[in-house]
Formats: sequence, C-alpha cells, structure tokens
Amino acid sequence: MDYFFQQLINGLVLGSIYGLIAIGYTMVYGIVGMINFAHGDIFMIGGFIALITFLILVSIGLTMVPVILLLVLLVAMAVTALYGWTVERIAYRPLRQSFRLAPMLSAIGMSFVLSNFAQVSQGARVKPVPPIITGGYTLHDSGNFAVQLSNVQIVVVATTIVLLAVFSYIVARTRFGRDMRACEQDQTMAALLGVDVDRTISMTFVIGAALAAVAGMMYLLYYGLVDFFMGFIAGIKAFTAAVLGGIGSLPGAMLGGLAIGLIETFWSAYFSVEYKDVAAFSILIVVLIFMPTGLLGRPEVEKV
Amino acid sequence: MAFILKKAAISALVALGLFFLMIGIRTEAGSSGQLIYWTRFGELAAMVGAVFAGSIVIELLRRWIGPVGGVELPAGVRATFATLGRLLAPALLIFALLVPVIFYKERYLLDLGILVLTYVMLGWGLNIVVGLAGLLDLGYVAFYAVGAYSYALLAQSPLPLPHLVDGFPFVAFSMEQLGPWAFWVLLPVSGLLAALWGVILGFPVLRLRGDYLAIVTLAFGEIIRLVILNWQDLTGGPNGISGIPRPTVFGIPLTPGEHGFAAMIGVPFSPTHRLVFLFYLILALALLTNWATIRLRRLPIGRAWEAMREDEVACRALGINITTTKLSAFAIGAMFGGFAGAFFATRQGFISPESFTFQESALVLAIVVLGGMGSQLGVALAAIAMIGGFELFRGLDQFRMLVFGGVMVLLMIWRPRGLIGHRAPTVFLQKRTEISSSLVKEGHG
Repeated sequence: MDYFFQQLINGLVLGSIYGLIAIGYTMVYGIVGMINFAHGDIFMIGGFIALITFLILVSIGLTMVPVILLLVLLVAMAVTALYGWTVERIAYRPLRQSFRLAPMLSAIGMSFVLSNFAQVSQGARVKPVPPIITGGYTLHDSGNFAVQLSNVQIVVVATTIVLLAVFSYIVARTRFGRDMRACEQDQTMAALLGVDVDRTISMTFVIGAALAAVAGMMYLLYYGLVDFFMGFIAGIKAFTAAVLGGIGSLPGAMLGGLAIGLIETFWSAYFSVEYKDVAAFSILIVVLIFMPTGLLGRPEVEKV
Repeated sequence: MAFILKKAAISALVALGLFFLMIGIRTEAGSSGQLIYWTRFGELAAMVGAVFAGSIVIELLRRWIGPVGGVELPAGVRATFATLGRLLAPALLIFALLVPVIFYKERYLLDLGILVLTYVMLGWGLNIVVGLAGLLDLGYVAFYAVGAYSYALLAQSPLPLPHLVDGFPFVAFSMEQLGPWAFWVLLPVSGLLAALWGVILGFPVLRLRGDYLAIVTLAFGEIIRLVILNWQDLTGGPNGISGIPRPTVFGIPLTPGEHGFAAMIGVPFSPTHRLVFLFYLILALALLTNWATIRLRRLPIGRAWEAMREDEVACRALGINITTTKLSAFAIGAMFGGFAGAFFATRQGFISPESFTFQESALVLAIVVLGGMGSQLGVALAAIAMIGGFELFRGLDQFRMLVFGGVMVLLMIWRPRGLIGHRAPTVFLQKRTEISSSLVKEGHG
C-alpha cells in the first residue's frame, strides 16, 4: 500500500509537468487547428534556458534559493515565450491560409531546427545539475518502506497549481482571454468585431511557450538534467495528454496530463520500465478509438 | 529605407533575446560531473549581425522582385516549358538506367544513387497512402522497419519451411538451406508481413481522420521502434542484427569465387558489381512501385482512394466501402515500404533501430508533400533534391539536421503545394485537363 502511495505522488508530479506542456498543445489546436509539433522542443529550450540562467545566478554569488528560483522562472518564461513568438511568426503565420498539411510539415521542420539548434549551440551531452531543492518529509514509515514527499515535488505541484490559477483567470476574465475564445469559435467574425486575430494567435503561442518553459524548469529541478533530445518524447506524451483530456479543453489538458503521468509511473513501477513509453502511446491509440473526443472534449460535428 | 533599417533592428533585437543565453553562454558537464560554462560573445555578435544583415537583404529583395507569382509568361515560353515537362520523366528514367555506366568508377555516387532510389521508392509507397488516399501517415518508417527486420530475422532463423523443390511439398527444412535464394524468397514475404502490419494499424484508425490519424500513426511508429529496441532476445536490441545475407543475381552470388557471378560471365571480379546490381535492383523495385501505382489509379479501388481523399462523407454517401478502401491503401502502401525495408537490410548487411526513427518518417513525408502529393514525377524530383541536398551537407555533420529542418520550413512557405502542384485526373471526358491543386480541397480526411 505504501508503495502504491509513493507511486501516486510520483505520478502526480510527473503528470503536472505533462499537463503544463499539454496546455500549450491544446490552446494552439483550439485556436489555429494545427498540432504544434515544435512545442515539445520549446519545452526543451525552456529547460536549457533555466539551466543556463541558474548557472549564471549561482556563479555571480547568489545563494538564496527562493530568489534564484523565482529569477530563473521569470527569465526562462520570458526567453522561451520569445522563442514561441518567433516560431509562430516565421513558420506558421505565412501558412495560415494554406492547406492543412503545410503548417504541420513546417512545424515538424521547426522541431528539427530547435532540437538541433540546442545540440549545436550547447553540445550533445546530457547536462546534469546538482539538486537545487533538497530535503523532504517522510509521510509514513512502515518499517521496510517509507513514503517520501520531497520538497522538489511540493515545489513542482505548487507552482503548477499557482500558474494554472493565473492562467485560468487570464482565459476566463481578461480581455485577451475573451479575444482568444472568440478567435477559437470564429476568426472572421472575431476580426469583424475588432479583435486583432494575428496578435491574439501570437499571444496564444507566447503563453503556451511560457507554460512549457515552466514545465522545462520543473523537469530540470525534478530530474536534475536536460538534453537536446528530451523534447520529442515529452512532446508526444503531452500531446497524448491533450488528446486524452479532449483537445481544445484546458482543464482536460491538465486532467489528461495527470492521467498520463499516473499511467506511466504505475506502469514502470508494477510492470516494466522499458515499455513505459509503449504504454503511454497505446493509451493514446485506445482512447482515440473508443473516445475520439477525449474526456472533456466536445464532439466535432462534420458538415458537408 | 528607414523602415527597412527599423525592421532589421527589431529582428536583430529579437535575435539577441533568442541567442543571448543559448549561444552567448556554453555549458558543459565538467570532468567531476559539475557544470562549467564559458562565454561566446563573439559568436553571439556574429549571429545577431547576420540576422540584421539578412533581414535587410530579404526586405530589399522583396522590394525589387515584388510579389512572387504575378508574372505571366508569354505563350511560347509556356509551351516550351510544357514540352520540357513532358520530356522530363523519360529523360530521368534514361539517365537513371545509365547511371551505373557513367559513374562506374565512382563508388560514392553509385551508393548515393542507391540511397536516392530507396527514398524514391519509399516516397512512391507513402504516396499511395498520403497522396492518393489522403491518409496522413507519420509512422511510415514502421513498415520499413517491419520489412527490414522480417528479412533479417527470417533469413537467419532455423524456422522450418515447406519444401517446394523436389515435388514433395511438405518436407521441413531450414531457412538457411535457401542459401543464395534467401533474398528472392523473403522479399515478397517481407512485403506481405509489412502489409499485414498495415492492416493491423489500419483497423483501429478507420474512424480517425486528419491530425488524429497523424498522431496515432506516429505513436504506432514509435511503438514498433521501442519494441524492436527493447525486445533484446529477438532483435538484438540497440546492437541490431548483423550478417544479413547479401543479395544474389537470381541465385548466383556476387562473390570472387569460381561460382560467383563474375566468374560465370567471365570477367574479373570487382566489388563494384554488387553496387551496380543493387542499383538496378532498387531501380526495378521503385519502378514496380510506380507502375503498380499508375495501374491502381485506373482501377475502381484507385478511384475510390482519390474520391475518399477529396471527400470522405460524399464517398460514403455514394456507397463506397470506406473500410476496404482505407485498409487497402494502408496495406499496399505498407507492402512497398516492406519491400524497401528488405532491400535496405540486404544492402546494409546490418540493421539497428537507429535507422528507423521518426526523422525517417518525416523525411519521407516531406518528400511526398514537397513532390506535390499524388504526383509521381514530383515525388521522384523531391527525393533527388532532398537526399542529394542532404548529402551535400555531409561535411557539416552537426548542422545537417538544422539545415534540413530550416529548408523544410522555407520550402513549405515557398511552395506549400509542392513542386508539381497540379492534378491530372485519371478519369476525364474527351479531353485531358489539368487542375491547379489550389482548387482541390483535400484534406480533411
């Protein structure tokens, strides 16, 4: 039972990271109807930016951990958001009126560009960082197995919850959130009513990238390493999460992320680590076959 | 001018923001595991300067050339182009047939030719699924892998096979006894196994369309790769399989011995013979794919594919069986992928999961889309351009994928409809016409 609870905690932490990435997918899919293949690599870039910022802050003599974390978070979000904006501007905006396959291939190309840019500029080797947040609590000790809750896990989940609250507020209550939802429903009509569609779409990419940067930083804190290839698998899994939750639905993305995190953790714990990715992808296939709209998605009505 | 400078300055500023941390600072794991870093502000300045200059150049070019595509060519020029276009395919074919003769001494070029033709074949195979049936498949490499591993595993397995030679059909004997015929017996087997996997993938995704289909096929491709990587007992895992039997000229091995092909036709042995043979083999396989595609397009099933690509709902309303249409597209596309895989295995003599990553799928899909989705000639040209271009950058090893990704983005922006973006309908009334692809909708299914 203790083992189960430990895996539950681990799964929820991993799921929070997937959920943060999945929101970027689901937002972009909702507004422009394309799979942003480069989003996983945006997450990877976020991890790198966080690593580099952390290294600089430590080497200039900053020692207060909360201050460092906050600064790293802000820098990573800002710079990664700029990456998101640039990707949309260069690779997707010129193709917005094009046929469906073109932006998808352009996105795959952009994904190669980003991951290989990271490889060329930062080297192919895995970059480890020493644990930044240490310590934790023992929740329950049954003698031979102790359920641990580390401080890193608390930080990851707490940051996710706070950011989700801020993000939900932005989507539900602000002018930008209204614009975004309007563009999602009908871009032409939104434009006629004075919504700057281009700017709204850009902002969607910016916010999605900022959340992916947070996920990248959390990944760095939690696993203590980044490498240039981590975006691909994480990206597919996060997309799986978005589909599982119902693409286009923001709470669905978070729910899907948690589900994928839990499935992956339990699968590794009880069956085999080697096939954990196979498990996640099989879930994707099974969900799409039996529940194509996902957990919270709306059914798509097809018109002829 | 002030506007151009302002735009360039903004681009440079954005580039500074993007590159300041990623290029300006280089991190590396030090000898004792701790991270070290050093600054590279020189490179950073060069990059930002390049973006500034590049932005000015692009803006100036845009002013001078003006909007692209508004130029109306005179009738004579257009007629010349049309004639050249008609001659292009036969000219390419003749050139391909002559390549081993012209470049007999250049082993590297022959190798490159074989590689290009492998991708032409893969492109034509995927074209059946994506270009004709309109099913976006991002996991095509899975079938390539199934073909390659089927051949590699069966050729080395002691599996009993029915004896088909001595008029006594069911005497079991080992696969190794096939000896020099291994490739020719197992090539169709690999193709059929790949087709079977095509159907296995096809069944669950029958109801899916568009992007969902894309992501499921991608997941399927990854599952196949991960299973190959982790099923160490069978596939050797990351170490791959080596010692795969080489192809033979219909039973005559290409070896220096006295039973070899060279001795048989009475010329001195040369290792180039094998390359030449492989070249003609893949050329024949690719042309077989092309021929099958052209013939299939005229059959009811081919027409059903193209109808389904344009509008699945209308198709269903007209009584076309969507299930068989989709499954047959997957199966036939996968079969040619399997042939190409078996060829790949016999050419390399060694296969490992590294050859079957998502990048390969993306490359083949890029070839199909760049070729113009459904155009056979376009796919061939795109394969030559992509693989040839890819080889040009072999020297800049690290930058190769970076350039490849960048080129993919630029090509999509420049020609989203591919190189040959028109449609020649297979069925027409009296007069053959061509339709600009911007008029066809495709793509929601």
